[in-house]
Amino acid sequence: MAGIHVSTTVNGDPVEFVCPPGEVLLDSLRNRLGLIGAKEGCGTGDCGACSVTVDDRLVCSCLVLGAEADGREINTVEGMADGDKLHPLQSKFIEHAALQCGVCTPGFLVAAKALLDRNPDPTETEIRYALAGNLCRCTGYDKIVRAVQAAAKEMRKAKGKKK
Amino acid sequence: MSLDHDTSYTNQDFKVVGSRPERPDGIDKVTGRARYGADAFAPGQLAAGVLRSPHAHAKIKKIDTSKAEKLTGVKAVITSKDLPDLTGGNRQQFDILENCMARDRALYDGHAVAAVAAIDADTVKAALKLIKVDYKVLPHVTDVDEAMKPDAPIVQPHLRTSGVPDAPDVPTNVHQRSQFGHGDIEAGFLEADVVIEKSFKTEQTHQGYIEPHACLATVGPDGSGELWVTTQGHYSYRNMCASLLGMDIAKLKVTSSEIGGGFGGKTHVWMEPLALALSRKANRPVKLVMTRDEVFRSTGPTCATSMDIKIGARRDGTITAASADLRYNDGAYPSIWGMLGAMTSFACYDIANVQSVAWDVLTNRSKVAAYRAPSAPMAAFGVESVMDLIADEIGMDPVDFRLKNCAKEGSRASYGPVYGPIGIEATLQAVKKHPHMKAKLGPNQGRGMACGFWFNFGGQTCSDLNIGVDGTVNLAIGTVDVGGSRASMSLIAAEELGIPYEQVKCNVADTGSLGHNDTTEGSRGTFSSGMATIFAARQAIGELRERAAKMWDISVDDVVWEEGEARATGIENSNLPPLSLREIAAKSPTTGGPIAGHNEVVADNAGVSFASHICDVEVDAETGATRVLRYTVVQDAGKAIHPTYVEGQFQGAAAQGIGWALNEEYIYGEDGRLQNPGFLDYRIPVCSDLPFIDTEILEIPNPNHPYGIRGVGETSIVPPLAAIGTAVSNAVGVRLDHVPMSPPRILAALKAHRAS
Amino acid sequence: MTHLVRVSGALRDALGGADMVEIEADNIRDLLNRLSERYPAFAAQVDAGVAVSIDGQIFRDNRSQPIDAGAEVFLMPRLEGG
Repeated sequence: MAGIHVSTTVNGDPVEFVCPPGEVLLDSLRNRLGLIGAKEGCGTGDCGACSVTVDDRLVCSCLVLGAEADGREINTVEGMADGDKLHPLQSKFIEHAALQCGVCTPGFLVAAKALLDRNPDPTETEIRYALAGNLCRCTGYDKIVRAVQAAAKEMRKAKGKKK
Repeated sequence: MSLDHDTSYTNQDFKVVGSRPERPDGIDKVTGRARYGADAFAPGQLAAGVLRSPHAHAKIKKIDTSKAEKLTGVKAVITSKDLPDLTGGNRQQFDILENCMARDRALYDGHAVAAVAAIDADTVKAALKLIKVDYKVLPHVTDVDEAMKPDAPIVQPHLRTSGVPDAPDVPTNVHQRSQFGHGDIEAGFLEADVVIEKSFKTEQTHQGYIEPHACLATVGPDGSGELWVTTQGHYSYRNMCASLLGMDIAKLKVTSSEIGGGFGGKTHVWMEPLALALSRKANRPVKLVMTRDEVFRSTGPTCATSMDIKIGARRDGTITAASADLRYNDGAYPSIWGMLGAMTSFACYDIANVQSVAWDVLTNRSKVAAYRAPSAPMAAFGVESVMDLIADEIGMDPVDFRLKNCAKEGSRASYGPVYGPIGIEATLQAVKKHPHMKAKLGPNQGRGMACGFWFNFGGQTCSDLNIGVDGTVNLAIGTVDVGGSRASMSLIAAEELGIPYEQVKCNVADTGSLGHNDTTEGSRGTFSSGMATIFAARQAIGELRERAAKMWDISVDDVVWEEGEARATGIENSNLPPLSLREIAAKSPTTGGPIAGHNEVVADNAGVSFASHICDVEVDAETGATRVLRYTVVQDAGKAIHPTYVEGQFQGAAAQGIGWALNEEYIYGEDGRLQNPGFLDYRIPVCSDLPFIDTEILEIPNPNHPYGIRGVGETSIVPPLAAIGTAVSNAVGVRLDHVPMSPPRILAALKAHRAS
Repeated sequence: MTHLVRVSGALRDALGGADMVEIEADNIRDLLNRLSERYPAFAAQVDAGVAVSIDGQIFRDNRSQPIDAGAEVFLMPRLEGG
């Protein structure tokens, strides 16, 4: 079985790898690129722990082939912070204790960022539905929703200042 | 020894305990750097996989692994032959060994029969397909009531019923009968004006941790090994794996990875001994990660139950008698889950005549494991539902009815002992006053409330506290951090030493670095490691005083430790300025070497805990779907070390209870196979299913912990089943007696109600 | 000193069916040792796991826990948790 040569961009960096045709993007990220932030919770697209964006589209990386990354822009939780400055979602997740075990956290952060990138001022209901594809078994989602609300508020404030 | 330390509660004004700092592992967990079970790598590591029985019950006539062994890239294939019985007649250990790998029979759908290690995942898959297992399918039983019938297929032929005088010496699925209670229930029911008896069923649920079981095992020909694993108890895993594989305990180093949820499901070994056995055979590191399908079919679940609850009360609201007959489905191996149900069933109440009888029953389902306050939620569903029916029948407010009968300090618990100071009454008073009770309800909406109890455990615990020359403090603990406990332990160390939280760094130590710690179960993490940390810090303070005395050249008796510094006492020493921890630490190389504190303790008396919940739901009579509108948790924490994480435990437990109440259920087919081993069909609550979950932390100190800590993690999974059941009943007028109250069950109940 | 020990239903078989036994003991270790001597079947129960409640506080492991005069002592099975 010949490998497929993939040229892609991950978190802004050019990356190349070779993978078997049947390998999912999640495994390419974790096993070939060492990006272990995305987790396999189910392997069937039900839990969202492996959420990444492909050309700004939120996907479960367990349902995308590694080969499909060719020529695309992939973003993962590892690319969220700007140098030593955490993304507001990351700092608010810590501040609000929006994680207990934390295994779902990378997926939630990527999904929440995808939401706030297109809707900077979501209602509670919009947040809850935008995150409904990500399972968390520890928190009951309460503090996750509050952290997303707080981050959205901070990001709106920062954007207002820039203008 | 624990006797050297005073564990009794002392009221004090805390400086940092009770604050809400950020957790030390936060950055790692929001940047994707934190390493969980599947995130480790070792040079030359192999991939691995397990072949599992597709039958609920089958004799394994022959396993032919020859073709798999010959496949290029396969490095080891194991069956039960590679796991000889070294348990020396210890039946409990043998059961664990056999659960890890079936021997002559497969006892449930998903029971492991063989395992493979190979150079990559594709080769593993191909090799598993090449293993030929010759099964003779046997009759099976998966339902608890069916399994108790005399002609039921027998799961474990060696089993005889215990707890029944003169039980016949014949094979049975009834492992044990347990009875708790006091008084005379017959006489008590005769005193009652109202007696209500009702039967209930609850279906089997899974802990549903998002991280599947995963480990990386390395064993060399010298018998030494390492295991990186997601677990609630790496010391227990070490001991169990070493004894099952004939290894020396000291030669197996187990490191607990970050753990992606456990809730009781990661308290037992499942496939870790297989990874070690594969590694030993291949002499290569072996990484074994379960699929979600395997997690559902082969690990975890809690019991399905069937029960009859009977409560009698006088018109004035006094309960005169209560009884429960509880039948718990333990899966393929005997356990004590029914017994725990019987002990917890009426624990919230002070009842003169009370009796709980439990039957632990075997079936062809996977071995049941602990799940957050194991066994208590099911019994509470039945008991609290009948409590509500009685309150309704005698026209009493359900909170007042419970307040009239709740247990207090000095009440004899239904499970035997007399209670010390407890919080059930306080939680009920808080519920009565809570604004949630006054929120307006619309059409098809209803409110329910219910109570819950859990014991909480302590256990063997050990902590190390090391002070660096710069005065920063390393705290090594041996309980696993399942929800932020490293922050809580750092708070406790900082409190004792009188230093800022940021000056402490807490790590979970591997088994090579710290003495034995019992599994992090029974809500014991903060209680037990908190206790060991307090005593370790106090020992370090003793040493700090010694060093200050040396630096000042005075007697240690003239040195006290206050507000993070050594102070010399007595008029003759009044010219000596205090020495801070940092100053003493800086001089430590020349005053006697490193400064440390250490403690090992059997932390007992974890302090029982109670919760009362309020829940509002809306039921769609067309679809049978139930939406939770408002939810409030009131629970006694003893002392909340980090209140935000305590709230998180309350909310998470309530959410699991809500999922159990409304959706989650194992569905077995006629063939005895699990029909829904995935998150699509086994539906746990998602973000859009739930409202914000309000919490109120009560602090009724545990008299047997220096800070008054009680366990907080489990109790709040107990009340939701009944609270939601009552809310549904108040919304649409039908009382559900079968959990989960899924749309089809609610529709069927509504239909039956209309027909009657 | 002598204590009146109440016995949980689950352990009564091993103690000859009694729901209460009188026994002399200074601490939990004493208590379990003497009960095991008097009722050989009970020794197996101790191995399988027992807990002792003293004035409502449940001890699973601390066998050195003293039992004071007049304490309410209750013998029960050992528990497991999540």
